[in-house]
Amino acid sequence: LKAPFLDAQKEAHKYVIPNQFTDVAERNGAEGLNAQTGLDETMFFWSMPENRLELWAWLESGRLADVVPREFYKERDVVIEERRMSTDSNPQGRLFEQFAATAYVAHNYGRSGIGWPSEVSQINATEAMEFHKKYYVGANIVVAVVGDVKASEALPVLEKYFSRIPAGPKPQEMTTVEPKQFAEKTVAIREETQPIYLEGYHRPDYRDPDAEVYDAIGDILSNGRASRLYRSLVRDQQIAAVAVGFGHYPGDKYPGLFVFGALPLPGHSVAEMRDAIHKEIDKLKAADVTDDELAMYKTRTRADLLRGLADNQGLANSLAEYQTRYGDWRELFLQLDKVDKVTKADIRRIANQVFIPGNRTEAWIETEAPAAEKPAKNDGGAQ
Amino acid sequence: MKSLMKIALAGMVGVALGGCHHAVQQASAPVAPPLAQQSKPWEQIPIPKLHDFKPHQPTRIELKNGIVLFLQEDHELPFVHGSVLIPGGSREEDPAKAGLVDLYGQTWRTSGTAKLNGDALDDLLEAKAAHIETAGDEDSTALSWDSLKADSDQVFSLAIDLLFHPKFSAEKLKLARQQEATGIIRRNDDEGEIAERESAKLVYGADSPYTRQPEFATIGRVTLDDLQAWHDRTLQGMLIVSVSGDFDPAAMEAKLRAAFESLPPAQPAPARHDAFPGPKPGLSFINKEDVNQSNIQIVGLGTERRNPDVPALAVMNEILGGGFASRLVQKVRTELGLAYEVGGGLGFAYDHPAEFRVVALTKSPTTVEAARASLSEIAGVTTRPFTDEELARAKDNLLNSFLFRYDTREKVLAESVRLEFYHYPPDYLETYTAALEQVTLADLDRVAKRYVHPDKLAILVVGKGDEIKPSLDELKLGPVQPIDITIPMPARPEPPNSRQQEPPEEKQ
Repeated sequence: LKAPFLDAQKEAHKYVIPNQFTDVAERNGAEGLNAQTGLDETMFFWSMPENRLELWAWLESGRLADVVPREFYKERDVVIEERRMSTDSNPQGRLFEQFAATAYVAHNYGRSGIGWPSEVSQINATEAMEFHKKYYVGANIVVAVVGDVKASEALPVLEKYFSRIPAGPKPQEMTTVEPKQFAEKTVAIREETQPIYLEGYHRPDYRDPDAEVYDAIGDILSNGRASRLYRSLVRDQQIAAVAVGFGHYPGDKYPGLFVFGALPLPGHSVAEMRDAIHKEIDKLKAADVTDDELAMYKTRTRADLLRGLADNQGLANSLAEYQTRYGDWRELFLQLDKVDKVTKADIRRIANQVFIPGNRTEAWIETEAPAAEKPAKNDGGAQ
Repeated sequence: MKSLMKIALAGMVGVALGGCHHAVQQASAPVAPPLAQQSKPWEQIPIPKLHDFKPHQPTRIELKNGIVLFLQEDHELPFVHGSVLIPGGSREEDPAKAGLVDLYGQTWRTSGTAKLNGDALDDLLEAKAAHIETAGDEDSTALSWDSLKADSDQVFSLAIDLLFHPKFSAEKLKLARQQEATGIIRRNDDEGEIAERESAKLVYGADSPYTRQPEFATIGRVTLDDLQAWHDRTLQGMLIVSVSGDFDPAAMEAKLRAAFESLPPAQPAPARHDAFPGPKPGLSFINKEDVNQSNIQIVGLGTERRNPDVPALAVMNEILGGGFASRLVQKVRTELGLAYEVGGGLGFAYDHPAEFRVVALTKSPTTVEAARASLSEIAGVTTRPFTDEELARAKDNLLNSFLFRYDTREKVLAESVRLEFYHYPPDYLETYTAALEQVTLADLDRVAKRYVHPDKLAILVVGKGDEIKPSLDELKLGPVQPIDITIPMPARPEPPNSRQQEPPEEKQ
């Protein structure tokens, strides 16, 4: 079967000018031409000199409206190669993939973002096109342009090209809901790699009224050298090189995980990380954060939003994301009202409600020397 | 090396996000159906003339003592950023104390000043969403600051105090040493990190100022006196001070003059006399058990940016391994489907020869095939004639995206500082782009033959030995040289921070 397939591939190749799309884009000054495929959404983004706005609209709308899966099976091999790089051959990649797969039993957040090997290697061009047809419709796409453009001149150009994309229907939302976790879970990887510790707690999605409370907790715990985890685990106890707690993994459109993580210093164990993190969580539960800590979170959030405005690409991505999520890009700025409303009591309430053992998945790498029958090779020793 | 804390933090959060947001370098999915390809409909789309764009140049002020100030006003957002760039970096450190500049870069800021220790400085700045940071690099160290306009006077004063009156603390040196030790013990965990580091050693030599690495023993020798001595010496150099953002230029100039004008004449950096013999040709291998992909590095000696052949080399690089249309990507990724990541070219650094480097990442069983295909494309630049089409495409790629190098005032300022630091003429970018436009096929042919020597390249493969079939011997590049990357561990089992050489300092 393989031989006729390869022959057909060769035959098809005659009609293909490889990479022509990217070639036209690059010749016209494309900068940062890339895409993100995430569990929540896909995003296609690049910058062009301003006189190429119309060319960009033609190219970008064209690949949404008229895509042809040329050389699909070679590109599939390339994606499998990406998986080997970012996950299979990367200790942190392996750990995070196992972590999410264990924390979720029903929701797709437990599935590998890039795909499990047997699935990536079997997806066919027909299935890929079905996905494209279902999700790449007007009702499900937001286009954002930021830069030296006038809306009155740019909008007619965008309308002319992007209106060619079929309007809908808007695809159904996913209906699977992750059941409440009640069993504490652990993932232990024993390998030659140096230790890493993670733990995650299920939390609600980005629409939850308490979404900003989680942001506040993440900021107070791990933003900078005045943060609690840095001061406790890194500066004072001197057991970790890095200690953080952050927002939502592996996504935030659906309920994700609030994650704590630490890299132990040489000679310190993942168990010490776990105990020290739990002590910090207990403090959040037992006493309010200080007024200064809460004020610091609010000031930094406001300033960082302003800083983000300096970058055209970043701003375009944010506008598109907020429009997609909330149906209104203004929410990017309106969220500051919700930030201002976070109270010390909110933080304590969420800590008590969410950071509990039954809602926890722990995952770590413990260093294990190579097996005895494999005497130290040229890479042996302290790896 | 950047501060480990930042790398690991970024890594950790990056992986967390990366799990659901891996960036996809996308290739295929062209728009037009095959038969329409001759018609090239995109060429019908009007491309208006780009309106005249003059990058906004910063004001340059040279003080009598040789210190240079750059002021770049930008009133779009209410922030002020500043930086003091100080010549001298890790390539100048004592090899027996490798890691000193990393430790200095961390300890300087975390220690703080006599008036305000580092922890108090953290509290004060974080409450204002402001930053003051210090960092060590290969050829320089730097102090930078950043704040909202409303806080900019106070943050500037704090930054200047830290610049001139640091008080290095034993406790913070210990913390920095722990960070450094963590970097050492973790340096063999990631395949890509091993491949890049060890292949650079093949080019420059393992003990070269550009590649030598900190070890437990070398960071253990660094004392507080070393940090103070480094500081005192480098602060006498040709500092470059740059400020950008929302400020009044006359007031800012007066403040900078007050801070820097009274310093004694700046001392020029002593010339370096490094030798760059280039690699010993051959094939090296590092075994890593926990991977299923080989990291192939093909390396040699590059050149210096001052070299007048650099514009032609930049065009050659674009053809060999730059964009999606490059020979390496077309062959190894698109045609053979052997790699997600493949590319590279002949590097040029501002004041020393960079590396020639081509990288391909492929599954273990196709290591030999991918290496062979990459080597063949490299050799191809000296044997397969460049075409008019390749030349035109490469020039378009480079020239049409060039404006993204100076599309913000911040980037224009950074470029000015860079040119000043390495003593390049201020109009370098203009002369460089003009030279790019002039590159001919004959130039390409000449520089490829002159600078790309397939027989002088070294090849390093990091991968899982028993999965690499056919074996590396098939490449017929002589005996495969194993490289030992065992980390020399400290004599005592305790972490190296227990070898404190300074008396404990009283807590402030």
